[in-house]
Amino acid sequence: MWKWFHQLASPPHFYRIAPVFSAWLLFPGLALIAYGAYAGLFLAPADYQQGDAFRIIYVHVPSAYLSMMAYMIMAVAGGIGLIWRMKLAHSVAASAAPLGAWFTFLALATGSIWGRPMWGTWWEWADPRMMSELILLFFYFGYMALRSAIDDTAKADKASAVLALVGVVNVIIVHYSVQWWSSLHQGQTIMAEGGPAMDPAMLHPLLAMIFGFTLVFGSLLLRRTRTEVLHRERRTRWVRELVLAPEGNS
Amino acid sequence: MEGVAMGSYAAYVWTCFGLTLLVLVINEWRARARHTSVYRDIEVRIKALEGRE
Repeated sequence: MWKWFHQLASPPHFYRIAPVFSAWLLFPGLALIAYGAYAGLFLAPADYQQGDAFRIIYVHVPSAYLSMMAYMIMAVAGGIGLIWRMKLAHSVAASAAPLGAWFTFLALATGSIWGRPMWGTWWEWADPRMMSELILLFFYFGYMALRSAIDDTAKADKASAVLALVGVVNVIIVHYSVQWWSSLHQGQTIMAEGGPAMDPAMLHPLLAMIFGFTLVFGSLLLRRTRTEVLHRERRTRWVRELVLAPEGNS
Repeated sequence: MEGVAMGSYAAYVWTCFGLTLLVLVINEWRARARHTSVYRDIEVRIKALEGRE
């Protein structure tokens, strides 16, 4: 097991195998999203309170979930890079940040659009879930700005890993905000006490969307990390051999 | 057509799904474009060095 991890952490090995794993994740992920979107839009019954507007849940919840998961990946990878000085971990953290920022933006945008017909407002500054999610977006921006502000890659890795670890507190606040404080946002749906608070006809497409988004995210993360590895290793011998190989292996 | 109309919420629902599709497409395109750009930069630099040697 440890041998496998060490082999995986080797940049040339990771560069070679990442496209294979990426394809395995991408195509099932897209198939699940296609099924989840179709079933969520056309097969699931309308909600008795929200009508068809509830269908926004099928893109809002997976985005919100990924906005937090990407941050946790970034923080854990940053922590691993700090403690064990694994170069690949810092590449993973750096690659997760822009993806996390995109999904956080998507969660905020779809949440705001959903809020307009349901709550009568695009945005509520006093709402803890909305504000903590917005702060999460700022953490992503801060992380990326910090990385790009430091020329020395090793120093940038360390400083950004510390920032990522500090921001975990905000992820916990995002997750529990609807339980800790009074919020316009509805409470937990899938992880509610006593099981999911949804009809199976509504729940199954949602689970397909969450799983599909996760697989596509995994595929994107692998490919972004692969590019990051290539960039960081650009002066090494294996990259030189790769580029000069007669088959032009990209 | 009734399914597409989404009650009276079509504008909200389809905007959200459209935005999601756009974000996924942008990320897929960015992942490919960035890799091509990084690879080409390295290729040009290494081949220039090879030519000098």
